[in-house]
Amino acid sequence: MNSLEFSLLVWLGSVAAGLLGSLTGLGGGIVIVPLLALWLGVDIRYAIGASLISIIATSSGAAAVYVKDGFTNFRIGMFLEIATTVGAMVGAFLAAKVAPSAIAVVFGVVLLYSAYQSNRPRPERAETAAPDPVATFLKMDSDYPTSNGPQSYRVSNVPGGFSLMFVAGALSGLLGIGSGAVKVLAMDQVMRIPFKVSTTTSTFMIGVTAAASAGVYLSRGYIDPALAMPVMLGVLAGSTVGARVLARAETRILRFVFSLVILVLGAELIYNGLTGRI
Amino acid sequence: MQAWSDDRVQRVIGTLLRWGVILAAATVLVGGVMYFGSCGSTIPDYKVFRGVPPELRVVTGIVREAVSLNPLGLIQFGLLLLIATPVARVAFSVAAFALQRDRTYVAVTLFVLAVVLLSLTRESSKIVVPPERYAPMCISSDASPRSSHP
Repeated sequence: MNSLEFSLLVWLGSVAAGLLGSLTGLGGGIVIVPLLALWLGVDIRYAIGASLISIIATSSGAAAVYVKDGFTNFRIGMFLEIATTVGAMVGAFLAAKVAPSAIAVVFGVVLLYSAYQSNRPRPERAETAAPDPVATFLKMDSDYPTSNGPQSYRVSNVPGGFSLMFVAGALSGLLGIGSGAVKVLAMDQVMRIPFKVSTTTSTFMIGVTAAASAGVYLSRGYIDPALAMPVMLGVLAGSTVGARVLARAETRILRFVFSLVILVLGAELIYNGLTGRI
Repeated sequence: MQAWSDDRVQRVIGTLLRWGVILAAATVLVGGVMYFGSCGSTIPDYKVFRGVPPELRVVTGIVREAVSLNPLGLIQFGLLLLIATPVARVAFSVAAFALQRDRTYVAVTLFVLAVVLLSLTRESSKIVVPPERYAPMCISSDASPRSSHP
């Protein structure tokens, strides 16, 4: 297989990953590393570098749309970016110290969790929490558009969410993923932010978080231009198409199927990591 | 301070992000086409990690390679533009919060900007792998001469 054929294969796989990732809301980056490492025999460090690049592209592209729609709370996002960027740098430094097989195992566990998280039922909360002094000081309480007009919300437990965001950032830097599942957990479950605001604000934060570890990856030689090129262009194309189709697609079944794929990939990564094949 | 309402800030951020991604993708695409033109028939090897050559690891080196129209240098420059897109968004936010006289958030965004810039500008002084172990850059026929600096 020459470079042209290999790049075409990687591109097609990345288009599929981007398409499914945006249709299911799980993000395309999460399957790029297993795809490259398990199926195409790419060293996990090159795979992580290429994946990190692709998530900056998709999250910036998606955030450009969401931020204009009024769901994204950019004050919450920017405050929590303190935790995710510092976490990302720590994670990226760890990536160079930890054995690739250990990274594969951690990756597998995160995949299993993401598959679980995406299929959990999520009722929209109607009650409004009591004002939280930290959230009030940081002007985090806001509103978001619904079919019945703007719905206001209050933010709780900022320190709890902030701590979990550090973990999300560290995982992002260690694995080259957006760790949207952990970010949403921090905002939706811990800080009691409405789900739609949590997911769009998570997307908004991913680009900056990834940029913080990208510098470390770049200087360590993880970002290979010839590999990152088809991955970035493929995931971007796939997720752009996916976002257009999203409005009329029935995503429940698709999400279930994609979760199964992620479960299998997670198990395979853990197995290969534990047996020392990665 | 009506001039810089949150609404307007969000719209500018949206436009900034969109054009950053478009510009980066276009640059990567051009570099990719040039890469296939000169290196399409080489055999890729990613099984063993050797790391990319040192000139493609630092901002100054990448810019130099891109200017000399090295296909891989051009792709890497496009990736650099992509990384710079969210960083530019943070830099713009600092200015926007300053115009809103929101000191808390000026401090917050300045801190984030400092962390990201620190990560990007930290020159890699710790490259210890001997040169022959780097992944070789594809040597093209004539259109894009390979730079010979170490």
